[in-house]
Amino acid sequence: MHLDEIYTQLIMEHNKSSHNKRHLNNPNIAERGHNPSCGDDITLELKFNNNIIEDASFVGHGCAISQASTSIMIDLIKGISIEEALKLVETFIGMIKKEITDDNELEILEDAVALKNISNMPARVKCAVLAWHTLKEAIAKQNVQ
Amino acid sequence: MSNLNLEKIIKDFPVLSQNFNGKRLAYLDNGATTQKPSQVINAMSEYNKHSHGNPHRGAHQLSIKATEEYDLAKEVVRQFINAKSIEEIIFTKGATESLNLVAQSYGLDNIKENDEIVIAISEHHSNILPWQRVARLRGAKLKYLYLNAEGRITPEEIVNKISKNTKIVSIAQMSNVLGTINPIKEIVDYAHKIGAIVIVDGAQSAPHMKIDVQKLGADFFVFSGHKLMGPMGIGVLYGKKELLEKMSPYLLGGDMIEYVTEQDATFAPLPFKFEAGTQNVEGAIGLKAAINYIQQIGIDNITEHERKLTEYTMDKLLSIPYIKIQGPKNMDNKGGIISFTVDDVHPHDVATILDSYGVAIRSGHHCAQPLMKYLNLPATSRISFYLYNSMEDVEQLIYAIKNIRKWLGYAS
Ligand SMILES: [Zn+2]
Repeated sequence: MHLDEIYTQLIMEHNKSSHNKRHLNNPNIAERGHNPSCGDDITLELKFNNNIIEDASFVGHGCAISQASTSIMIDLIKGISIEEALKLVETFIGMIKKEITDDNELEILEDAVALKNISNMPARVKCAVLAWHTLKEAIAKQNVQ
Repeated sequence: MSNLNLEKIIKDFPVLSQNFNGKRLAYLDNGATTQKPSQVINAMSEYNKHSHGNPHRGAHQLSIKATEEYDLAKEVVRQFINAKSIEEIIFTKGATESLNLVAQSYGLDNIKENDEIVIAISEHHSNILPWQRVARLRGAKLKYLYLNAEGRITPEEIVNKISKNTKIVSIAQMSNVLGTINPIKEIVDYAHKIGAIVIVDGAQSAPHMKIDVQKLGADFFVFSGHKLMGPMGIGVLYGKKELLEKMSPYLLGGDMIEYVTEQDATFAPLPFKFEAGTQNVEGAIGLKAAINYIQQIGIDNITEHERKLTEYTMDKLLSIPYIKIQGPKNMDNKGGIISFTVDDVHPHDVATILDSYGVAIRSGHHCAQPLMKYLNLPATSRISFYLYNSMEDVEQLIYAIKNIRKWLGYAS
């Protein structure tokens, strides 16, 4: 595993960019996710319009992988339905667990495919999936409400 | 550069000759665990080939051999820390179990409502959680010694926190995060004057500096085998005989009894009272070999060697503008541990990047979350040295550190 397969241009850009790092006005749900072992700690904020994720953002801190993964995910889920978002979560986690390897199937992940190589780094898998697990939790809670 | 034959020492450690991704290994995570010399690996293998039996049971040759080896290991430990007798040496799984034993036995036996237990904010979780439980169960208060701006415990802090209500003080001799060596002698003297007992966590100190439990005056002293080149799963609890004798057993079962009837039992004498069940004889043999190895090199030579490496590394790091060292920036009462952060780069990324340069360090909270909160940091990266580290390791580390920010897109 070479470093430039992990710290790619795209991941670096998302790590440094703060366009998704902000609070929403009156979010429907704010879900915290953290990795106690390494200290990644994010809070995902979501605003729904019926079935559609109208807006999303996050606050918190963590390593470049966790921050970039969160930012890329937020870009992807804005404006799509809850069902589509859940499909993305499943595909992403499947990619990281190496359960989904078919490029056609991974296509829906767009930029998030840049995180594929993390699947070869057991120590960093948690960092990559944190935001996606948090999104799933948030949607589950939203559906109960 | 020092009084030890580094070239010869390095050859004793098979693990160190490996390459990772074509990179030479610079193993600088000795605070987490240390590597084993062939002498330790072979001693355990020899025991398994020729002497393995269940000690203190049965009268056959192997049982006798195993008993002899086990007792000899205890004697070697006794000498290593200068305890009065082997009755004061109890083998455990490691420092964590030793601390739990003292808390569950001495702690629960002696702590009453409104008593105080004093520990330092820099303690490892293994020296925090057992005392939280004792305090909760007994309605006692858990108080913390805080650190000054340099990361040290001041004489004023000792006097302020240890009061007439204090019954137990439990403190690490060396911080596993900052590398500071705490003023144990001062703490012990003051605590004893007030009538409290002192437990010293030597997990980070015993591998690296001379320990004399009698001079130190500690009532209990604990350490782990795997942090001084021994195997995992063996550790030591030293306790003053008069205290151990009065304490309730921690684990109950085989080998720790005198007589057992349907409703009652009497316990074996020290140290067996605290060694229930079949013991880790192989671990004890490995620990003995590790201590012999240290003694053959000379513990003072090890201290001096690490001091030179640490001082040199610290000077180099202090000259890099985007590196912040946590804790003291000089070598007064400091061991071979340096915690640092890199501006704009999370410690997790620091560890991943250094690993790709063959440099093994640790990043995280180092099982010291209250300290991290106190320092207002989510995590740090930690360099920790041992006797087999060389200037080459340090140069490899510094080179890798100077490349970290580049990987995250910063110009320098
Ligand atoms: Zn992380």
